[in-house]
This record gives sequence, structure tokens and C-alpha cells, in this order.
Amino acid sequence: MDTPTPKINPKEEQYINAKAYLSEASTDSGYNLYDHLSSCLTKILDERPENVYDIFEDISKDRKRSKFTSNVDTVQDKIDQSTEVALAIVQRKLFARGDGDEADQEPDEDAETPLPNLMELSFFFEQAGIGLNREEVIRVWMALKNLVESHNLQHVRFWGKLFGTEQNYYVAEVEYREGEEDADEEEEEAEEQHEEETTEKDDGEEGEEEAEEDDTPKPEFKPPPVVPREENRTGPNKKTYFVCNDPGKPWTKLPAVTPAQITSARQIKKFLTGRLDAPVVSYPPFPGNESNYLRAQVARISAGTHISPLGFYQFDEEEEEEEEGEGRDNFVENLDFEGLPTKEMTDPILSSWVHHVQHILPQGRCAWWNPVQKNEDDFEEEDEEEEREEPDEPEPEVGPPLLTPLSEDAEVGNMPPWTPKMSSNLIPQFAIACMHSNLWPGAHAFAQGKKFENVYIGTGHKYSQDNYSPPAPPAIQEEFPSGPEITETEDPTPEEEAALRAAKQDAMEAAEEMEDEEEQSDED
Amino acid sequence: GSSGVILSPEEATTLQTALVLLKHEQKFTSVQYWGKIFGINNDYYIAIGIGNDEMYDRKYLYIKDCMNWGDLPILPKEAQEQARLAKGRFSGDPSNEFEHILIKQLPGEGDEIHEEEETVIIKEEDRLTTIINDISHEAFIVPRSAYIRTPTGMISKNRTFEGLSVTECTKLGQFLHFREATELPKKSLIDRANLDKSLDFLDSLEEDVPKGSWSMQFDRGCGVTLLKSLLWPGYVFYHVPHTSSFGSVYYGIGEKNIDLPFML
Repeated sequence: MDTPTPKINPKEEQYINAKAYLSEASTDSGYNLYDHLSSCLTKILDERPENVYDIFEDISKDRKRSKFTSNVDTVQDKIDQSTEVALAIVQRKLFARGDGDEADQEPDEDAETPLPNLMELSFFFEQAGIGLNREEVIRVWMALKNLVESHNLQHVRFWGKLFGTEQNYYVAEVEYREGEEDADEEEEEAEEQHEEETTEKDDGEEGEEEAEEDDTPKPEFKPPPVVPREENRTGPNKKTYFVCNDPGKPWTKLPAVTPAQITSARQIKKFLTGRLDAPVVSYPPFPGNESNYLRAQVARISAGTHISPLGFYQFDEEEEEEEEGEGRDNFVENLDFEGLPTKEMTDPILSSWVHHVQHILPQGRCAWWNPVQKNEDDFEEEDEEEEREEPDEPEPEVGPPLLTPLSEDAEVGNMPPWTPKMSSNLIPQFAIACMHSNLWPGAHAFAQGKKFENVYIGTGHKYSQDNYSPPAPPAIQEEFPSGPEITETEDPTPEEEAALRAAKQDAMEAAEEMEDEEEQSDED
Repeated sequence: GSSGVILSPEEATTLQTALVLLKHEQKFTSVQYWGKIFGINNDYYIAIGIGNDEMYDRKYLYIKDCMNWGDLPILPKEAQEQARLAKGRFSGDPSNEFEHILIKQLPGEGDEIHEEEETVIIKEEDRLTTIINDISHEAFIVPRSAYIRTPTGMISKNRTFEGLSVTECTKLGQFLHFREATELPKKSLIDRANLDKSLDFLDSLEEDVPKGSWSMQFDRGCGVTLLKSLLWPGYVFYHVPHTSSFGSVYYGIGEKNIDLPFML
């Protein structure tokens, strides 16, 4: 049967073709342009937004995105342990109080807590325009509280925050109670001794083996004696430091600092990464990893920038006269201190602030140690080797004594080392005095009346106008100057040897002839 | 906040007032607080006034005591080169002059090289302009797709910018320098074919030399992304993922960290 095809207008045909093309499903997503355009236009006509020409593409994109139906509904949602959630869990512990026991005990209000009143201090710092935001301060405060509860501490201070490339460090300065610290010290020493014993055993075995072989000539070079580190509670190790990456994470104790580390840290300039065990790759090679470098920088910053108003601390007058060469290193709070007026504190002459941390000598210690100390062994050796030259007695290194005012600080480039500021120019009666360090940018101090505090927030680097350039490698050792005594000459070739022998024989024959002639002449 | 510098309440309120007044007086489309440069005696607060075109129509202004804005001059290139030579901190006084001694080597008689010292005087204002331009040129960044280039060539904010996701935030390539693209034309054609012309008209951070000159950190877990520049220490960029809030500020002494390669 013939079904008559209706006659289609060519225009209609074009229309049908066009619609068919537009309805072609896209290979990627299964949607087609025709439906999409119609839905966009429907939305536009419904909502009638302004400037629809400008946002047309955006509408189109929105429609496309909203079409996506996720098939997650049929699948159980995975619990997304994002890092944010993980951190929040850790920090929740900060805010938890102890259970059970504490509910019975009432807090003893009279007892002094070693915890500082961080909110008050941060309020003052905020007036000066420095500090961390409030959330962070509260978290740090809780973390310090945890630290106090877990260790028996006499005094705790929030030292500051150091930025690293991957993570930051929050540093707490801590003073142990008397006697408590020794427990930790003994543990450390016991470990060290144990290690030394094991290494000695190894050396002993090796020594025996070596003795059997021929003795190689031993070099006479004795490495310069290692400057010993100062004991805890003195010099750069006066305070102990704890760090953590985030409040809520556990506090790690930083090791005591050695003079070698301080001198090395003075010669390099590296960013902190945020991981305590990261190696410090530098020239000259730094003895230790990032925790040692961090500790060295903390020591340098403390020595250079911890200041207090003049008169807050004073020397204990009951102390006996100290020995020559040793500076005083103990001070006590002045109970009669009454605070200086703010105007005096911001005087550009800087005479009303003093350092209360000892200056670190170039040697790396606070009290100079004479490296030329002769032991009994040395005396014996000296008798044997008379030719050994005696090194000159090094001159003792002297640094500014404790409690020197800031006016004695050296200038940085051609600008003063500290910038004093009043926190508010508009209301000077209640303004507080602040000091910003120009040598260690990031070190700040404030004072008002009897209160004062130091803090450091920065990257842990000193300021220098000129670029940092690493020290040059040591000069190449010179060779023994070549002279005729040690220059090798070539061995004579066989022809030369033969010629020499022939020449010698001729000479001998000639000599014999000469002797014969002489004998003959004598006989005559 | 967590980078250690905050505005004291007094500073913040005076700045707020001053910025609003600035926008009104100079008829800018919007005004942003750019940052603060520390000087020895005084600090400078810098603001940007933005006209119609986000990128090209910018004007920098500064104030010292939070009340009176001063224009920063626009310098020709040679003057900028000279201004970069000045070392040392800003003093806080715009009319202060730096002296820089240039040692020029001129060929003298025969083989000798005759050294002459030339003292170049650089005004602090000029130096300030140059530093701000440099920082904006090298450090100012925005998330990708936050700005769109319209067909007329103008650059405007993308109203549908919904923020980057957390995983996108971890990639340096999602952040772009907000300046005339210098690296883009150097890319190969294959790379360029995949780019979206309206979104990718800026250089991304991935090509920054040396590698690692940006430190990326997350605050509050992954609540906020912070990007700190190690080349210009003090520049911080923040972005809250999945929201359209982002911003940057410079709080520093205005000196480039040339020791960066040694420090990484």
C-alpha cells in the first residue's frame, strides 16, 4: 500500500533538520543542546534578571552543573576525615577538663600558678599592633595549661611563634622547679653514657686489629678542643624550651644548645620547615637537625631582644664578690619597682630599658672558656716533642654585662637598633610603651606601669642590610714548594748508561796512565 | 591574624574611616587596604583605589597617620631601577632621601679602569612607589576564576566565583599572579590550547622561580588556606575554600628577600 508522504515545505524540512541536529545527544553526558537551551530560556523568562546578556554564560553553566545527579545516594557516604576534622578532634582535648578527680577538689585560688595571664598580655600587645588573633591565643593558652599540668614547672612564658614553610612553631619558655629537672638530666646522661660505652667497646676491638698491622705514621694534628656546652640553668641554657606545631599537639622539649651550634647558626640563614627532625643542609655544615637550629636561634633571639624596664630586675646585693672574669648572672625582681612613666619608656635614647638575658660571646657561651687548658697528659707529650709550638694564649672574650641599658646596643646599619612607639597618639594618657627590634624583626616588648612582656613573632632571622653570602670554602692547602731536592729526574736511558760507563772507563784508563807516568817520572 | 600582625583597635577604626572617605573623594569603584610598610620612625598604610578595570585602573595611595592620603607618583622605568638600589629601612618620612653610591667603571687611559663614585639621591617617596609596584607585580595573587576577562578586554570580578575546593587549594597552579601575563606567551601552543581564555589570562604560581618560594599552609585544619611569599616576607594571601572570600595583605619592611636561594 502506498502511504502518501505529505509534501513538506523546504523551510519546514530545514527546521526539522535543525531541530534534529540540536537534539543530538552529546557523546559525553547524554544531554542535548536543544533541551539545554530551552531550560535556560525558561529560567531567564521566569526570573527576569538584569543585564541578562552579561550573565548568560553563567546561567548556562549553572544549568549544566545542576543537572548532575550524583549517584552517591545509593552508596553510603564515606566519612570524610578531612584534616579539619582531625585537627578539631585534637583540639577538643584542649578544652576538656580532667574527669572525676578534679570535680571533688576545689581549685586552690591562693596557689600561684606558673601559667601567665595570656589574655591580658595579648590585650596589651594588640594595642601595639602585634599579636595573634584571639582564637589562637586561647588555644595556645589551653595548650600551655596542659604543659603545666603534665610537667612540674616553676615558671612558664609564651615565648613566641616562629614561622616555617610547612608548619609553624609555638615556643614556650619554661623554668623547672628546683630538683625536678635533674631527673630528666640523669636520664639523658645515662643514655649518653650507655652509648659511649658501646662505642668504646667497638673502638677497643678495632684498636686490637690495628695494632697487629704495621703502625702507620700518626698525624700530629690535634683537632681544636670542642668548647663544652654550659650546664643547664646557666648561660644560653638557663631556660628550657618546649615547642609544638599546633596548640593541642603534644609539646616537645628542645635539646640544650651547644656553643658549636650557636657559632654555626650565626653563619647560616635557613628557613625553618616545621618538622623538628628535618636536616639542615648548609655550608658550613650545621651540627644537628632542625630542632638544634631552632634552639640556637631561640637562644640568640632571647639573648638579643629580651628586655625589661630599668629597675624591674636588680642584682642581689647579698652575693659575694664574684671572681674575676665572670659576670654576674643572677638577678631578682625588685619588689619596690614602681613603674616608669610611658613617656620615659619611649624616649629615643633608650636608656630606660635593659637586657635581662646574658649576651652570647662569639665563642658561643656566656662565660668565656679558655680552650688552652693543659692536662697532665699534655705535659708529658710536651717533654717528648720539643719542637711543638705553643699556641698563643687566646684573649678572653668579653661581652656587655647583664642589665646593660639598650642605649649601649650597636646600631644596625645607620639606624637605631630599637624603635620605641606609643601605642596611641590620640590618647597618650593611657597609651602603653612598645619597643620593636630592628635587629631581629619580629621581637617586640611592651611595658605599662608594672607590667611588661617580651614576645617574638617572626621567621627567626636577623636583619642585615647587605645580602647574605655563605662563607667561602677554606683555601686550598698549598703543596710543598717544589725545588731541586724533591723534583724527580728521569732515569738515564740505557744508551746514556753505556756512554757513562764508557766515559768512566776512559777516565779510569786515563788515570792509570797518569799514575804510570807519574811512577815513571818518579823513578826517574 | 595568625601571621602575627594585627591592627590595633585604634588603627583599625581610623583606617576604616579614612578608606571610606577616600573612596568618596576620589570616586573609585572600590577601595582596598593593601597593607602596611614599617619604617623606623613611622609606618605607612597603603591603599589601592580601583576604577572600572580591575587590573589596569589602579592607583596607590598612602597615609602615615591614618588621616591624610597622599598620592604615590608613577615613575618611569629608569627611575624605578634607581630606586631599587637604595638599601636600608624606610625611615617613615616621605621626604627623606637615600644616598646610594654607584661605582662606575670607566675606561681610562690605556688599560686602566678608572673608578668613579657617583652619588645618586633617591627620594623615599619614589622608593616607596617602586617597592609597592614590585610587590604587587611579583606577589599579588588571586585564585583562578575569580576574575574574568570580558570580550571587551576589561577585567572584572567573576560574580559566580564560588571558591576553590580544598584539593584545588593545594595546587599552586590554581593561584594566579594579578598582573600582565609575562609567562603565558612563552608557553607552548599545546598547553595554551587547553586553557580557558576568559579565566586563564594570568600567570600561574607554578612557574615561579625558585621553586618553593611560596609557603602554603592551612589554618584550622583546612578551613583557611594561607599562602605566604618567601620572596617578599610579610605578604600573606588567604582564601576560605568553597566560599568566595579571599584577600591579601602586605605587612612588612618593604625589602625583597634576595637571600631566598640560600635559605631554602
